[in-house]
Amino acid sequence: MSINRRSVIKAIAASGALVGASVLMPRIAMAAWTKSAFKAEDQATAMQELLGGTAEESADVTLKAPDIAENGAVVPVTVRSSLAGVESISIFVEHNPNPLVVEFIIPAGTDADVSTRLRMGKTSKVTAVVKAEGKLYSASKEVKVTIGGCGG
Amino acid sequence: MAKGILKVKAKVSGEKTKVKLMAKHIMESGLRKDKKTGELIPAKFLQELKIMHAGKEVFVANLGTAVSKNPYFAFNFAGGASGDELTMTWVENTGETATETAKVK
Repeated sequence: MSINRRSVIKAIAASGALVGASVLMPRIAMAAWTKSAFKAEDQATAMQELLGGTAEESADVTLKAPDIAENGAVVPVTVRSSLAGVESISIFVEHNPNPLVVEFIIPAGTDADVSTRLRMGKTSKVTAVVKAEGKLYSASKEVKVTIGGCGG
Repeated sequence: MAKGILKVKAKVSGEKTKVKLMAKHIMESGLRKDKKTGELIPAKFLQELKIMHAGKEVFVANLGTAVSKNPYFAFNFAGGASGDELTMTWVENTGETATETAKVK
């Protein structure tokens, strides 16, 4: 009996800690520029550092990018999402030296619809990750680059 | 006001304000080499951009080095009226920072 009770208490404590962490995490991410994420050299690490998890593909995230970018220095990208409670939108370019391109924080009242322009070193998959109500959703698209935009 | 680097077009459309913004900035990634000396050009890029409307954040961007030169952003936010002021603060990786304002049309 006593063992049983102990394990129950442990489970409660652990879940409490988890909830606490997930509440605190976005605040930390919002507070400052996440250097470890922006400097990360592969996409999985960058995503883990910035958002603390991996995203699942979702049809509710729309990534608009060209099929072929003639000039990798300027690649127009639009990310939209129909999800409710969007907190942030991040864009990753898998084969760039630092895959994390930009993170947008979307306060309440602002649409989950942002456009920007990226730099791409070479042909790569572009991934948009939307964080909504603590969960991560993504959309990806392969963009062919004929002239790279990094280096010179 | 000193001449800023941000060019902003903000327009009211229905219940929303549409903002298009371009920053005049080289966004040096720190990965490029100087063609003459072969040495790396130090990074100099915009790191953070925050836009406030009526004391409330409406848009925050944390930028990496792979944002294109002269970064461009477009977004919409609810509310806003003609003549309102947007306050924009940017921070460069060098620590340089400035605040600029623009009017909503």
